[in-house]
Amino acid sequence: MKKIKPYGDTLNDGKVQLSFTLPVPASAEAKEAAKRLAAKMGLTEVEVPHMKDLHNFSFFIVYGSLDHTVNIEEIDIPKVNEEVMDYYEINDYIEENLGRNIVVVGACTGTDAHTVGLDAIMNMKGYAGEYGLERYPKIDAYNLGSQVPNEELIAKAIELNADAILVSQVVTQKNVHIKNLTELIELVEAENIREQMLIIAGGPRIDHELATELGFDAGFGQGSLPPDVATYLAKSVAKRN
Amino acid sequence: MAKEMLNIDPKKVEKARAAAHQITMNIQKEIDLNTTTSVERTVARLFGIDGVNSEDIPLANILVDQLKEENVLNRGLAFWLGNSMLYHDLNAQEVAEEAAKGSFKLTEIPIQDETEVKKLIDTKAKEMITFIKNNRQDRDDYIERLGEGITPQKYVIVATGNIYEDIEQARSAGRQGADIIAVIRSTGQSLLDYVPYGPTTEGFGGTYATQENFKIMREALDEVGEEVGRYIKLVNYCSGLCMPEIAAMGAIERLDMMLNDAMYGILFRDINMNRTFIDQYFSRMINAFAGVIINTGEDNYLTTADAFEQAHTVLASDFINEQMGLEAGLKEEQLGLGHAFEINPDLKNGFLYEIAQAQMIRQIFPNSPLKYMPPTKYMTGDIFKGHLQDALFNLASVMTGQGIQLLGMLTEAIHTPFLSDRILSIENAEYVMNNARDLGSEIEFKEGGLIQTRAQTVLDEVVEMLEDINKKGLKNSIADGDFADVKRPINGGKGADGVVKKSKDYYNPFLEMMSKELSQKK
Repeated sequence: MKKIKPYGDTLNDGKVQLSFTLPVPASAEAKEAAKRLAAKMGLTEVEVPHMKDLHNFSFFIVYGSLDHTVNIEEIDIPKVNEEVMDYYEINDYIEENLGRNIVVVGACTGTDAHTVGLDAIMNMKGYAGEYGLERYPKIDAYNLGSQVPNEELIAKAIELNADAILVSQVVTQKNVHIKNLTELIELVEAENIREQMLIIAGGPRIDHELATELGFDAGFGQGSLPPDVATYLAKSVAKRN
Repeated sequence: MAKEMLNIDPKKVEKARAAAHQITMNIQKEIDLNTTTSVERTVARLFGIDGVNSEDIPLANILVDQLKEENVLNRGLAFWLGNSMLYHDLNAQEVAEEAAKGSFKLTEIPIQDETEVKKLIDTKAKEMITFIKNNRQDRDDYIERLGEGITPQKYVIVATGNIYEDIEQARSAGRQGADIIAVIRSTGQSLLDYVPYGPTTEGFGGTYATQENFKIMREALDEVGEEVGRYIKLVNYCSGLCMPEIAAMGAIERLDMMLNDAMYGILFRDINMNRTFIDQYFSRMINAFAGVIINTGEDNYLTTADAFEQAHTVLASDFINEQMGLEAGLKEEQLGLGHAFEINPDLKNGFLYEIAQAQMIRQIFPNSPLKYMPPTKYMTGDIFKGHLQDALFNLASVMTGQGIQLLGMLTEAIHTPFLSDRILSIENAEYVMNNARDLGSEIEFKEGGLIQTRAQTVLDEVVEMLEDINKKGLKNSIADGDFADVKRPINGGKGADGVVKKSKDYYNPFLEMMSKELSQKK
């Protein structure tokens, strides 16, 4: 199949559901406005099964059929890993191909205080049944925590002669993460260590494409698990050595 | 009074509480010997000193930094301020403005008769004490006249970064049924060693806590409260490097709740532990005096540590927060002790364990409101599943009689809440809590069943943990990573240089007056 559109219960019916709020009280006019907005999005057969007044605002649940299609065969997404290894395979791979431990330093840098993502990847316990990097016998993982200045993270990486830096960014309001990630790369280049280590970004609003555009080696977004990161580390560090 | 449903041994609860009390008294000995730059800035604010200089540095910081440089902060700011007020016949604000301009230095002014100085500062301090009491009375009058939400009270967050946008969101939430509004702070404010000034319209992941922002939001909520016939409570964050200053600002602007944990800053913001213990004491005393309900932050432990395996650390911390809170003059009714619904949703019978923990905390702290935090760690971006997780959270809460329900958002892990997210979460809570309102009083748990056994196991671990901490000392135990898997060295962390040992003639009129009145009320 090349050209695809959403599936409700019949091929090519194009059914989508959406919800949104309008900054006006609920009324027959507001409901019609919601329908017309949906039409402008490319929906036909628009239905509004639910409208609720929220005092000066109104909330809508809308269904419709989408006219548009996309050709999925024209899509090319750069991927970090072709195949993800498991915990045991990764440790074996590092042992066989590198013969020493990989050193990783991670932090939430800048003003970001949210360590959930970093902890999911690094903490011993891990996330969703996958051990974190600290648990890997062939990885020496240092989690510096939150609100670490970029300078401090880099200094620690140099001190430990790290193979890789992991930086996690959760808060993205007003693109604060872009500024901070850009600053990190600039600092790494100023220190002349860009070639010595892998610089990796992670966070719910980050993907591999954005990360590479910003000058990182790789980016890990929503849903990434420790083996995704560890596979990448194992293969890339082995390749560089 | 919470019904005994878990068959837990009251002697074990007593043991845990006694250990936490001993832990607190050992820390308190050190607290009493020291002050901090933030405590002294708070004294300045309580004397009515407000505003910033041309470089946006708060006048309170300028005065305290000058005294610290001259190595005389150990006597307390009150004396130096009073001495200048007496000599120049100026009020506190005028002294601060002149000193900030460089017209004179507090330490260069001839020392006046010390009895006269003390008389002056006590008179001025009493004015603020009366002002705060009146605020407290105003709150009581509002609640008497308008009433407040039924428990679990529905607590939502606004976080746009712009105070004027925040009040729109807060008004809307209040009209839809929220009982409590928290204005989450801009990321990074906790590490600022000063409080920003004036109304603010830019922030990251939240809005700066400033006195002016407090005032703007208070007015908006009072308006909506009148409109909906329900007093709506306002929350901010007494945490970070300015704990007591924020408490003072909140007391002045009639905030109703403060996030105010004894150890949160140490563990999660890497703030020096000596600094934090001293700051939390004075900040809690101000909150106690202002009638503020504090919320403690045990939920945070479970974002780094596992909620099932580390449940006892939450309860142990609740015991410590309780004892430190009582020591600072808070009453049990002012202790919104924290815990969270964070067990992995894939765990078989996970909901039963959540109920066991929530019911246990309810029974152990029967007179405290309890702050229950929603699932965040296992929220995935699947909003449909997230809405269900939040519904189970609401069910656990209403069944076990929690006091303060921070509503979960279906879009947790995606963005700061949309206006409609907040409304959907309020509807979720209203539906579940109304539909199951009296479930808790209709049921009993099976003797020796999963729920009772779980509670008993956790309690055993708590007793062991608290007795262990008592033996080695709280500071060593934080250094060892006993809480939240986070290790903090005793002399490490931010803000350590702000700790100052008190001299024999140290004087803080607010500490004296508040602690005296609070101990009389006990």
